[in-house]
Amino acid sequence: MKFERYGIGIAKGLTVTMRNLLRRRITTQYPEQRLTVSRRTRGNELVWSKEKCTGCATCAKTCPQGVIHIVTSPGEENSYEVEEFEVDTGYCISCGLCVEACPYDALYMSYAFELARYRRGELVLSRNDMLIENKQASAYFRPEISETLPEQELLIDRKE
Amino acid sequence: MQLRTEPFVLNIGPVHPSTHGVFRMRATLDGEVVVDLEPVFGYLHRGIEKLAEERTYSGVIPLTDRLDYVASITNNLAYVLAVEKLAGITVPERAEYIRVITSEMQRIAAHLVSVGSFLNDAGAYFTPFLYMYRERENIVDLFDMLCGQRLLYSYMRIGGVSQDLPDEFLPALRKFIPHMRSRINEYDWLLKENEILLARAKGVGILPRETAISIGASGPVLRGCGVKWDLRKADPYSIYDRFEFDIPTGIQGDCYDRYRVRVEEMRQSLRILEQAVEQIPAGEIRGDVPQLVRPPAGEAYAHVEGPTGEVGFHVVSDGSIAPYRCHIRAPSLMNLTALKDMIVGWKVQDLILIFGSFAITMGEVDR
Repeated sequence: MKFERYGIGIAKGLTVTMRNLLRRRITTQYPEQRLTVSRRTRGNELVWSKEKCTGCATCAKTCPQGVIHIVTSPGEENSYEVEEFEVDTGYCISCGLCVEACPYDALYMSYAFELARYRRGELVLSRNDMLIENKQASAYFRPEISETLPEQELLIDRKE
Repeated sequence: MQLRTEPFVLNIGPVHPSTHGVFRMRATLDGEVVVDLEPVFGYLHRGIEKLAEERTYSGVIPLTDRLDYVASITNNLAYVLAVEKLAGITVPERAEYIRVITSEMQRIAAHLVSVGSFLNDAGAYFTPFLYMYRERENIVDLFDMLCGQRLLYSYMRIGGVSQDLPDEFLPALRKFIPHMRSRINEYDWLLKENEILLARAKGVGILPRETAISIGASGPVLRGCGVKWDLRKADPYSIYDRFEFDIPTGIQGDCYDRYRVRVEEMRQSLRILEQAVEQIPAGEIRGDVPQLVRPPAGEAYAHVEGPTGEVGFHVVSDGSIAPYRCHIRAPSLMNLTALKDMIVGWKVQDLILIFGSFAITMGEVDR
């Protein structure tokens, strides 16, 4: 291998470096600065609407990991009472199939993404942890709430 | 004086920055030259083929993400195509376009990772790698907008795709295409004739054409040898026959050719994206498919051109709600079978580079 062109590569490299020096930084200093995530974020948690849920357990049957545990009892007038509804988010792969399967639109993915816990037991969500009144639901497969969420910040929209 | 020397066995991996995952190579060295090489894999075996047998047909889709985790969409696509073929499901027009758009975006993203890590292995520590990752971030952003995750998309569904494109997606993609094109030109200008890259990669790790064909290599590894074989042209799946694009090929099948093929393929993907964005019709995104798909007993094989090569799924059905057997043809594994022949005779530094030029993903090799 001859090196007759030696030096041009370095000059080109320095040009690209200079060009990048003048471009805007794209890194975000995460805990201090935050980007707005997608409206369809599939957070590792579920949000549940107690009013809409009929206890049909379609979500539990669809879950590929089998992490949804639901127990119902017959209630008044041909309806079911949801007695237990537990999701072990430690095993959840956030695929969103349960949300898609829900025939009554009672289940949502969560918009939150910081869900580290100190204990494994805290990862198991019971029905009161998932109520839609306390949690921000994501627009994943629920386009009707898409407008209520802020628009995602895109890297391509940033000025150079 | 004659010094007595003996071969030295060097273990590279399983956890090593240059093995792209958990891969181990037991190299026998004579001085600096590799005289024998034994690849050891299986460190990332999760039994995905077996797990697929106890899940419903749609429940397998999240598993396929975890094969080639830098190119989830093409794995999804190969699987859903196999099930659709088995069950005789037709896909709406718009869904086909969305599938093509996402696959091509995924191809660019995966090639950016391959090229970045290849240059990393060549010794350009992390500067080109981070440039490539910065560009990939644009695509990942778009995928996040589309399906809510950045790596494991699970976007394809049997009979279509999971959700329609959001309103802001196509404008952002239109903005992305020229941006990406100018960036590819910039990096290409930097690297195409870089004397260090030429010295390191040109003529190194030559894979002869005949060997490549006989081991069943595919993707950039095969095209780098000068074989014009791309499933998008050879056996057009989805709607690839509607788009105009070229198949870039290499000349002699060395590391440099494989790198060039990847760069050119990114340009061709941008061309396909441009056409698809113009042509995409309105309409349904999912056919009339029941929640639990029960394909009739039988078997089907479907393959797509993934970033690493031909990703194939052979699905056998016994008429129940779960696949009876699901075999995965993993391109990385097929390409790896040429590893020993290519590396023996080269030095240790070239070993890392040749291995890097395959751009394998261990999730796919071990499954």
